Amino acid sequence: MPELTDHERLRTAVHEATTAALREAEIHLPDDVKAALRAAYAAEDNPVARSELEAIFENIKTAEERNVPICQDTGVPVIYITIPPDVPFTDAITEGVQDGVRQATTEIPLRPNVVSPFTRENTGDNCGMGMPAVHITPGETFTLTVLPKGAGSENVSALKMFLPSETGKIAQFITEMVLHAGGKPCPPVILGIGIGSTADGATALAKEALLRPLGEMNILEQEIYDAVNALGIGPMGLGGKTTCLGVRIREGGCHTASLPVALNVQCWAARRATVEVNYP
Amino acid sequence: MKNLSTPLGDEVLTLKAGERVTLSGMIYTARDEAHLRMQEEGIPFDPKGAVVYHCGPVVKDNKIIAAGPTTSARMNELSGFLFDAGVRALIGKGGMGDIVREELRGRGVYLAFTGGCAALAASRMTLKGVFFEDLGMPEAVWAIECRELPLTVAIDAEGNDLFRDVRMRSDKIFHKIF
Repeated sequence: MPELTDHERLRTAVHEATTAALREAEIHLPDDVKAALRAAYAAEDNPVARSELEAIFENIKTAEERNVPICQDTGVPVIYITIPPDVPFTDAITEGVQDGVRQATTEIPLRPNVVSPFTRENTGDNCGMGMPAVHITPGETFTLTVLPKGAGSENVSALKMFLPSETGKIAQFITEMVLHAGGKPCPPVILGIGIGSTADGATALAKEALLRPLGEMNILEQEIYDAVNALGIGPMGLGGKTTCLGVRIREGGCHTASLPVALNVQCWAARRATVEVNYP
Repeated sequence: MKNLSTPLGDEVLTLKAGERVTLSGMIYTARDEAHLRMQEEGIPFDPKGAVVYHCGPVVKDNKIIAAGPTTSARMNELSGFLFDAGVRALIGKGGMGDIVREELRGRGVYLAFTGGCAALAASRMTLKGVFFEDLGMPEAVWAIECRELPLTVAIDAEGNDLFRDVRMRSDKIFHKIF
């Protein structure tokens, strides 16, 4: 058997990591999200809200037992990769991601979700036309993170370009977007918020904010969390105390005349997984 | 808790918003593209007493792998012809608009199934057939037999709407906070 080239070895390593991360993310919900759902259930006294959360717990268990995706909207895979200095940044990485997504689509299986925006023709394998999105940054270790993103929550995302003097209006803007979204994004949701950068940069920060596990919140995160949960939208929009499981903000520097604020809404099925890439 | 079976009849008229029910029998998935196709070419199943499920399942080897609900509001403007043909219930998530609430009055109900609960749904489903498969896996009409699907009556045949009630209450709270 001929020896693999460096390109082939890198491509294969990324391919295997992508499939493994997708399998983990699509079937097993992260522990921090499970814990937040349990805390929500303990606080909830509305019978409809409690039965919605009970269905969610039964679903999480069923997915693990049957080894099938948590949600039929297996999303579009969003991929985050960190590469250390000794790994070459070449096409092998993006090709490996596509190989991994194709394998995951047939094996796990995932729903083929990627279509042409106008003809709506399905590419059949969750790849093509620039998909999946791959974000590469330098790092200490070679890791690959997948964030499969469903459309129900993605569709209620928002961007607003505030005036620099309007930082006091951010909480109201976010809360209003969640109010308008109602039950559509499958609450209880997690709110990823990007503040600063450019218009496009803020939306990227908002999604990256979702990668940080749930836990302690800063003052603005807590303020938004409290306001959103006071709305009473509840699990699935059927009423209840828990509309939001957590708020995550990521900041970036911005133009002195700008204050971009972006919201990326994540449904309760907050799927994410990180694996180390076995290379070199 | 009431246990409903398809085909549905006048029993749906007595259901009340907020009530928990289970549903057994045949259901048919349909999303945006299937609604448009059915309006052009006709409904490919017997619509009398039928149940339409807003869902694009994951299907493999003729088995339903995952089949939770999709956001129903996308079908707000597309659903009237189904009730005219005899459809008695829609299943979905997130609720529907004023148009559908009025269309359902005296005829049928909207049932909410917990969004994201695709593995749970699939564990109670058997695939029976497919129409319009050329639309692709998410958009095709899948004929599915289900067993005791747990649902909440969200819009009843008298115009009561749990989602609207929550929305109106939340709106008031929002204006109190800000």
